[in-house]
Amino acid sequence: METLFIQIKTLLVNAAALVLPPWGVTLSSMIISALAILGLGPLIMMYLTLMERKVLARMQNRIGPNRAGPWGLLQPLADGIKMLTKEDIRPSAADPLLYFLAPILIAVPALMVFAVIPFGKGMTAADLNVGVLYFVALSSTTTLVIFMASWGSRNKYSVLGGMRSVSQMISYEVTLVISVVPILMAAGSLSTQTIVESQSGRWYAATPWGLLSCMIFFICGLAECNRSPFDLPEAESEIVAGYHTEYSGMRFALFYMAEFMNVFSICALTVTLFLGGWQGPLLPSWLWFLIKTYLLIFIVFWFRGTLPRLRADHLMGLAWKFLLPLAVMNIPAAAMSHFLSEPFSTAVPLAILMVSVAVLSFFNKGYAAEKRVYHFTD
Amino acid sequence: MLELIAVKGIYILMVFAAAAAFASSLLPNLFHGALALAAVLLAVAGLYLSLGAEFLAMVQILVYVGAVMTLVIYAVMLTGRLEETVTPSGRIQRAAAGVSCAIFFVLVCGVLLSTNWPAAPGGNPLPSVKDLGIDLMKRHVFPFEVLGILLFAVLIGALAAARREKS
Amino acid sequence: MTPVPESHYLIFSLILFSAGIFGALTRRNALGVLIALELMLNAVALNFVIFSRTAPEGSASGQVSAFFIIALAAAGAAAGLAIVLAVYRSRKSIQTDDTNLLKW
Repeated sequence: METLFIQIKTLLVNAAALVLPPWGVTLSSMIISALAILGLGPLIMMYLTLMERKVLARMQNRIGPNRAGPWGLLQPLADGIKMLTKEDIRPSAADPLLYFLAPILIAVPALMVFAVIPFGKGMTAADLNVGVLYFVALSSTTTLVIFMASWGSRNKYSVLGGMRSVSQMISYEVTLVISVVPILMAAGSLSTQTIVESQSGRWYAATPWGLLSCMIFFICGLAECNRSPFDLPEAESEIVAGYHTEYSGMRFALFYMAEFMNVFSICALTVTLFLGGWQGPLLPSWLWFLIKTYLLIFIVFWFRGTLPRLRADHLMGLAWKFLLPLAVMNIPAAAMSHFLSEPFSTAVPLAILMVSVAVLSFFNKGYAAEKRVYHFTD
Repeated sequence: MLELIAVKGIYILMVFAAAAAFASSLLPNLFHGALALAAVLLAVAGLYLSLGAEFLAMVQILVYVGAVMTLVIYAVMLTGRLEETVTPSGRIQRAAAGVSCAIFFVLVCGVLLSTNWPAAPGGNPLPSVKDLGIDLMKRHVFPFEVLGILLFAVLIGALAAARREKS
Repeated sequence: MTPVPESHYLIFSLILFSAGIFGALTRRNALGVLIALELMLNAVALNFVIFSRTAPEGSASGQVSAFFIIALAAAGAAAGLAIVLAVYRSRKSIQTDDTNLLKW
């Protein structure tokens, strides 16, 4: 069970070796990994939509989709067929090239980041030695595509949504990158596989700096993929649907797909960096990885079911005034734990972080409106 | 065979990037120009990969495509209107610029091809990310610090310049 | 050693640089000039990386220099955009011909 997928791949590559020259075998090995990822992305997305609807429904005392197949298991297929057969509408004023390219380009980085995610022991499609940086760099290109979509559709709501989305993504991107630095320092590598292996003794989330780093990373990740409570760019009650207002049918489905794949990859990377990746007892490594990832995804849906949307100024304040200084303070705290011996290596970072949280919350204390006193007229 | 495919890939990338570079200078619509520049930057990141500079390629995508280009396009959207805003420069100016660019290209090209570039025998070893960090912190620590001060100054300066005057 | 001959890379980066010069000379929009400048800076950074593979003692230093250029370009873009926004606010235009006063 442990090496099930690796064995399948070896089998396929060996079969290819019978008919192909040596260079073809190397190429086919790459192509098999790429195809596996290409198939995995849409599959994950389809069932995440079902999972989201089911989870949200239970939280709102509903049953959720239950007509197509047992427990609504065929619902994603039905949705897909509906999307495919819908009329494809194009606004007459739209910039044709940008309008058509944007939905395709938005799915590309979302799929490409899957290449560095270690799904199991030895199951990274491309174990780059700059893996974490690759992830951050590729997901940062999404902003450009959102610009293309919003500007290309020539719709005021699209432009508003695009502007909101990009200002949000730039702000949280900075914090996201800085929050990973302590982990890179501790692991001494940018490769995702090495980072998972360095957590064999203790998960990074089990240290005070690691836990803080994990929380900051997860929050920023949510903001990066425009998930609730950071879904201002798609706030349907304010600006219709943000940058994909004008898209319908399959093009809309691609935006939707990219969003869900981003949710998956952010959760998967949180697991990889902080929660020990595929490490775990008894069960095969890839199963452990999926269990942890889906638990985090459940938390994402839970947030959506629980938290109201943030206000724009709160959103920016949270990123620049609270999370960013905290992430910066986390770096010396992590360095301390590296250079001190046992009781101090936990206590000193903990003290530093608690003091900085206290100081930051003090300075971020919002304006509390005076309690109104109502007087009855005599 | 794989090397051959890789070499062809590099040339295709170069042609694509050169076309996009001209597009970014020539396209009348500034938004399209900025996107063409983003394409050039991505292609150059690919060339960095071909030269073994993985870290730099990722930094290029992260900083240039992710941040700088986003800023530029943001400014294009803030200052432009949703309709096209095309103000082509004069024909004489264009011709003069084209001719001087061509002369510049030919002259530098001649210098490039006639110079015997000093080459380390067998090429240099590929530096790891660790080597880069050590080099940054040891040999180039002074420019690194100056750069830090510069970025800080730019941060304050940009805030001061873009701030709305209080009336 | 580079996968394709060094001179091909150098000519390519020269093409990028020339395209940048052309843009900087012909664009009338300040942001267009900024875009052309970024193109030129990137061509220079590419040259540093090329020579880091071949020139003696170039290994890490070349890449570090390219790294500095990327950081400088980011700084330049941020400062430039702030100025462009300030000019746009006071003159309602970012055409380079319109900004002919050193005061406002």
